[in-house]
Amino acid sequence: METSGTLPGARLERDAWWQRAAPLAALALLVALPPLANACGQEFYIGFASRVLIMGLFATSLNLLVGTGGMVSLGHAAFFGCGAYVVGILATEWPGKGELALLAWPAAMAASAALALLIGAISLRTRGVYFIMITLAFAQMLFYVALTLKAYGGDDGMSLARRSTLPGIDLASDVSFYYVVLTLAAGSLLLSGRLAAARFGRVLLGIKDNEARMESLGYPVYRYKLTAFVISGAFAGLAGALMANQNSFFSPNMMHWEQSGIALVMVILGGLGNLWGGMAGAAVFLVLEEVLAAFTRHWAIGVGAILLAVVFFAPRGIAGLWAQRR
Amino acid sequence: MNLLEVRALVKRFGGLAATDGVNLDVRRGEIHALIGPNGAGKTTLISQVCGTLQPDAGSILFAGVDVTRLAADERARLGFARSYQITSLFPSFTVLDNVVLAVQARRGSSFRFWRPAAEETGLADAAREILQQTGLALLARRMARELSHGEHRQLEIALALATQPSLLILDEPMAGMGGEESARMVSLIEGLRGTYSILLVEHDMDAVFRLADRISVLVAGRIIATGPVAEIRADAEVRLAYLGEDEA
Repeated sequence: METSGTLPGARLERDAWWQRAAPLAALALLVALPPLANACGQEFYIGFASRVLIMGLFATSLNLLVGTGGMVSLGHAAFFGCGAYVVGILATEWPGKGELALLAWPAAMAASAALALLIGAISLRTRGVYFIMITLAFAQMLFYVALTLKAYGGDDGMSLARRSTLPGIDLASDVSFYYVVLTLAAGSLLLSGRLAAARFGRVLLGIKDNEARMESLGYPVYRYKLTAFVISGAFAGLAGALMANQNSFFSPNMMHWEQSGIALVMVILGGLGNLWGGMAGAAVFLVLEEVLAAFTRHWAIGVGAILLAVVFFAPRGIAGLWAQRR
Repeated sequence: MNLLEVRALVKRFGGLAATDGVNLDVRRGEIHALIGPNGAGKTTLISQVCGTLQPDAGSILFAGVDVTRLAADERARLGFARSYQITSLFPSFTVLDNVVLAVQARRGSSFRFWRPAAEETGLADAAREILQQTGLALLARRMARELSHGEHRQLEIALALATQPSLLILDEPMAGMGGEESARMVSLIEGLRGTYSILLVEHDMDAVFRLADRISVLVAGRIIATGPVAEIRADAEVRLAYLGEDEA
């Protein structure tokens, strides 16, 4: 019975106090990070932490789909890239107004949500391997469309003249930008947690467990899956918009299937269906990449070995280890 | 008064007519047993009634409304509920949460994204009542996958009841059960008499004769007899086609 705690929302009991305190401790640490990094003269880590949070947000949005809803998509980068291109195109076509974060970022989310509605409406007619392949195909189609966009750098991608602007906050500063990213990531995680424990999340978990039975209980399964797909796409779009800002750059590679694969690896590393899985996976993956890349160009081999170890010895992922230890 | 009317239903798989012009009525409040030898097409018929399989011809009426083209989930919302021959539950949910999920299907929209379902005491209370009724109350916090076979069968029924159906379709609820478990299931179904209209598919003849108000006999995709229990027991054709080895 103890292990039931690793499946969020699938049980009614509350967590122990220290398990509820852990997110606050993590948040406090993340809030304290910029002054600490500055004090140590390691400003590099502020940008790095922003990247971790953004990729964590991207992976979290995929985790809603794969971990909660059981829909294994290999085309999630389509929405990530879409968000980045919306920010890039708006800034290029409409300097000034198009660079307003309050306009461009919601627009990125809306465009990614619309794209997800279109791709999901078709892909969700299929299941299993076919779903994997059709989502992959859609994402690759968009990747090739992006390659042909000569006005936006074609296959080289394009630099942004500057980051988006927010009234009262200077996003050009890495520290300010980091805090904005942290706020959005924490907000998204809170939303994601509420959603998983609410009726909607229960339904998704039920569909993942036994789709046919959900239908015979009277749930319009397709509508629930499509809704999850659209929500997930919107948050991937937000992550893409933030990543374009973080790097001041966007390119077709953000839509490449390798990006989708990386997000999936992060989710599996961190913990499928675990609220913290996406964030934990992104942190571990990017830190590993950073550390291993210092020793060898073939750092991906090391990541692969660790992924294998996690799959075999901690199938609930790194965040799952935390929940199990009670 | 018929709740369910199946009219001239046909389903072919290649050259084989698995359902070959079936007519079947379930009256309000009755327990109607569907019996027949293995391979007679019982599960194929049930699947068409529930909407997971589309018939090639014929129609299905529910409370006078044609539901032939409705999907399984739409029929469920009208009042169909099904228990499966091969146990079909939510293994990674607790027993209570299995039933909560079923209760939730009929109580308001589940497109709710913010309020924790665990705080909706109405859902859990209704689910506990169902667990009480099906004899699973003491197992509420166990994971569904940890239950015994007999308990799985009980939970199957609990899920079906939790959707507040008017028509219960029970596909071999006694399958694979020992004597004592069977007896418990019989008294559970007996307790549902009158509250629900029940279409009962079952191989256990003792259970069928005890529970059924009427019996229909399906052989090779055709209903060869329908009638009260005594009539079916006496029917020569039925004895020959099906009951021969059991009842002679």
